[in-house]
Amino acid sequence: MQLEITVNGRRYHHDVEPRTLLIHHLRDQLGLTGANVGCDTSSCGACTVLLDGASVKSCTMLALQADGATITTVEGLADGEIPHPVQAAFRANHALQCGFCTPGMVMASVSLLAENPHPDADEVRTALEGNLCRCTGYHNIVRAVLDAAAQGGAE
Amino acid sequence: MIPVAFGYHRPETLDEALALLGELGDEAKVLAGGHSLIPMMKLRLAAPLAVVDVGRLHSLRYVRDGGDHLAIGALTRHHDLETDSLVAQRVPVLRSVAHLVGDPQVRHRGTLGGTLAHADPAGDLAAVAVALDATIVVAGTTGRREVPAGDLATGYFETTLAPEEMIVEIKVPYAEAGEYQKFTRRAQDWAVVGSLAVRSRGTLRVALVNMGATTIRATAVEAALAEGTSAAEAAVEATVGTSPVGDLAGSAEYRQHLARVLTERALLAVERSERR
Ligand SMILES: Cc1cc2nc3c(=O)[nH]c(=O)nc-3n(C[C@H](O)[C@H](O)[C@H](O)COP(=O)(O)OP(=O)(O)OC[C@H]3O[C@@H](n4cnc5c(N)ncnc54)[C@H](O)[C@@H]3O)c2cc1C
Ligand code: FES
Ligand code: FES
Repeated sequence: MQLEITVNGRRYHHDVEPRTLLIHHLRDQLGLTGANVGCDTSSCGACTVLLDGASVKSCTMLALQADGATITTVEGLADGEIPHPVQAAFRANHALQCGFCTPGMVMASVSLLAENPHPDADEVRTALEGNLCRCTGYHNIVRAVLDAAAQGGAE
Repeated sequence: MIPVAFGYHRPETLDEALALLGELGDEAKVLAGGHSLIPMMKLRLAAPLAVVDVGRLHSLRYVRDGGDHLAIGALTRHHDLETDSLVAQRVPVLRSVAHLVGDPQVRHRGTLGGTLAHADPAGDLAAVAVALDATIVVAGTTGRREVPAGDLATGYFETTLAPEEMIVEIKVPYAEAGEYQKFTRRAQDWAVVGSLAVRSRGTLRVALVNMGATTIRATAVEAALAEGTSAAEAAVEATVGTSPVGDLAGSAEYRQHLARVLTERALLAVERSERR
């Protein structure tokens, strides 16, 4: 079935099998391998992307459910060579170890700051409850999000 | 994991959706937010031959004021319930319960109609519908019918919905003070047990989550409260009529203990907010 989506500002047309999950379409068909698959149970959040601005787990959607939508993946955040403020804050605060959860963490954080530009530490922790970090680097992740908020990361 | 292959239908209108469901009968599953159905299809616990994606029926996503109740479209997402000002004003407990469902990503997709149709006794939002005696509006090719929220689910993942029917609206009576106590082992988890206490139309109502095959109304607690019993004493009755399972998250006995403790906490929180 025909699928038309806009990803990171580019429009794509493909014929997809209905059972194709959005994450597989992004990774295998479009070659955008930023979002990861970390589980089979919709638990880990490594696959988080923005669907019309709101965070979603792309492993728990059919690609066809996103027909006509605008998607942002971690590849679409930076402005050329200039990282997005949330990316910059993750780097400055050592908010990643192996980096597997990072694309999902960053996208969930961008979604949070769009809704709540000045969260406190508790709100950041609650907002990231759907994202697991097997390296357990949560303290620095929370610090990074607070730092990004302080730097006006919502823009 | 990817689902077994299926036929995909994406109606643009409710009539079209109902006609498709009528045609396909029990071969088809409605796909709303997909946050129960797709995980099950990925694990191949569900393998419908056809999927009717109702995601385009934007006219079923609304919260309207009905004078003494809120009329909520079946495709209203959990996140809408968290952020809608009418919900905050008229049924504030619905907002706080919605906020405790899963995680933000889940709440951006999951729908109220979907969670009620899924009929998982561990679902949070059904507690509000059952405690408040909400009315579920169901549409089929032959017309509409209304089902009291307490009569929708008949057992684990079982409802009185026919395969060709769809939930289209949920009418939720106005409520005053309310409190939901959800006990989980980890932040994003489903409730091991949940207890909801809410006042509406003068009386205190209590519903229990994951204490049996369906969401249960704690009528013994309500009766004790009506006789003027204290919260602590009434909460002891919370296990009457329950049949919790034992699993990795807790034994049946532990769940009964939780039901009493959480019900007392919920009742006390309602009392506190009413004294303010
Ligand atoms: C990681 C994760 C954590 C979660 N945690 C929680 C939690 O803590 N608490 C909780 O309550 N829920 C939780 N959920 C479930 C979530 O709330 C689901 O969104 C909800 O249970 C189903 O709603 P849906 O719109 O996604 O339905 P779908 O998955 O689309 O559908 C579910 C079922 O209902 C049927 N259906 C859907 N809409 C209708 C309709 N309008 N009429 C008739 N039938 C319909 C479908 O055919 C299907 O059988 C979680 C889900 C995930 C993935
Ligand atoms: S891959 Fe784990 S939630 Fe999507
Ligand atoms: S940095 Fe390794 S999983 Fe989070």
